[in-house]
Amino acid sequence: MLELDRVTAGYDRGVPVVADLSLAVGEGEAVGLLGPSGCGKSTLARVAALLHRPWAGTVRLAGEPVTGFRFRAPRAERTRVGVVFQQPRLAADPRLTLGDLIAEPARATGRGAELADRAARLADDIGLTPALLGRRPHEVSDGQLQRACLARALLLRPGLLICDEMTAMLDASTTAALAAVVEEYRREHGAALLAVGHDRVLLRRWCDRVLDFPTGR
Amino acid sequence: MSRTPSQPREDPPQGRPLLSVRELSVRFLMPGGRPVAAVTDVSFDLRPGECLALVGESGCGKSVLASALLGLLPGNARTRGAALIDTGEGPLDLLTADEATLARTVRGRRAGLIPQSPAAHLTPVRTVRSHLAETVRALRGTPRRELRAAAEAAAARAAFPADHLDRHPHQLSGGLAQRAATALALVADAPLLIADEPTTGLDRDLVDRTVGELRRHADEGHGLLVITHDLAAAERVADRVAVMYAGRVVELAAADAFFGHPGPRHPYAAGLLDALPERSFTPIPGLPPELDALPDGCAFAPRCDRATERCASLPALADGVACHHAREAADA
Ligand code: SF4
Repeated sequence: MLELDRVTAGYDRGVPVVADLSLAVGEGEAVGLLGPSGCGKSTLARVAALLHRPWAGTVRLAGEPVTGFRFRAPRAERTRVGVVFQQPRLAADPRLTLGDLIAEPARATGRGAELADRAARLADDIGLTPALLGRRPHEVSDGQLQRACLARALLLRPGLLICDEMTAMLDASTTAALAAVVEEYRREHGAALLAVGHDRVLLRRWCDRVLDFPTGR
Repeated sequence: MSRTPSQPREDPPQGRPLLSVRELSVRFLMPGGRPVAAVTDVSFDLRPGECLALVGESGCGKSVLASALLGLLPGNARTRGAALIDTGEGPLDLLTADEATLARTVRGRRAGLIPQSPAAHLTPVRTVRSHLAETVRALRGTPRRELRAAAEAAAARAAFPADHLDRHPHQLSGGLAQRAATALALVADAPLLIADEPTTGLDRDLVDRTVGELRRHADEGHGLLVITHDLAAAERVADRVAVMYAGRVVELAAADAFFGHPGPRHPYAAGLLDALPERSFTPIPGLPPELDALPDGCAFAPRCDRATERCASLPALADGVACHHAREAADA
């Protein structure tokens, strides 16, 4: 589903934070990428999510080389990948209600009406009540907001989900709940998962195989 | 998740409590809404040399409690109860003390804080080195020529890399800002230290180091209140654990008994431990209740598989657990 081939990435022409890294996530496979904080694994997650252009190397999605990153990424490619970050407060638009936040990717692609039912069902599956869906990010807890961010990432039925430290700020029960939602989604859609994190026990429990960053082995 | 045997565990240290919290409640008044019951009737003591971990999910009231103790609540908050700090100069009620007293004699002096979003608490125009050096100088009167080494030693204790000391707070990642705040709090040496999520965003090695330093800080005779959602960190650092749910303490137990044998006694606490990936990795069904619409009875009832009619009345915290059907300490 996803192949990173000798990817080197960084910022501002400085030292690369990801150097010459290759890894592959097979169709329907769950791969954990384990590394300490600040080691560049988030940068790698952003490259894989087509949000950051690597300096060198190739990213392939479903066998096809990716041609553009960020706003240059073709929509068809972008919608193939769902992504959830560590800090929902940085990722979520504070002006939107949780309900709008979840539905926004559908609206942005002109499929709001078509996907309204799916958005409602996802919210329900993920444990968000109608009352919570009417609130804005500052009116809910981190755990509730992260639930909304995960529902949003799953809305367009991505074939690949990237979770960058998705549960690092969450308690044990919310962590297990979100992992279960991802599990269920993968079973239903045969989707692949790249879970980036620092907790070996969690990644082992959650993924088919766990690789160590930065070697990618 | 095993503990090094050298750490003192059995009985909480004796002596006069450093911090004595009695029936502390915090309500937030919302414009046009019902008051939010963020913290309700929380009582505990903390003695010098002891570490109490407050655990629970986000929004359970544990961070609000910490803010209340430091006088850092927003203007729409109302408190009730008492929180006496006694560091030898006579007890002071943190809830009623005025801002000038708190600023002059409490924050940073009698009670230190490792805040949850540390970058916001560090002065943006100063480097980490100058923050540390200034704190060392102000508190210990360390001569200028020794400040450099003292600042570096303080940084090392919190695993803050020496080659980042000349950076400003905004140039630090979340994890590094966290470690800078920990270094500052440890060096400030207040008798009471409140650490609000001190390990968030740190990887396991750094969690271990931070937790080790915090434990050492307690062993040196400081009182330590650690607020965390990280149960593994709580297990390693704490003498006692207080589990909060919907603003109340539902279980208060010795860490050994709680994490080991006989295990947690409250159904919520048991569910939280069971959700760990090293245990059954099963979530507790449902979500915590809204704090502006709490039921009259046990707030956990809608999620609890042991609930009965009795649970429509509020269970009091008795013998360390607030549940009508708590597991007996012996039969777990
Ligand atoms: S009081 Fe009842 S509902 Fe509450 S935790 Fe105990 S058994 Fe469950």
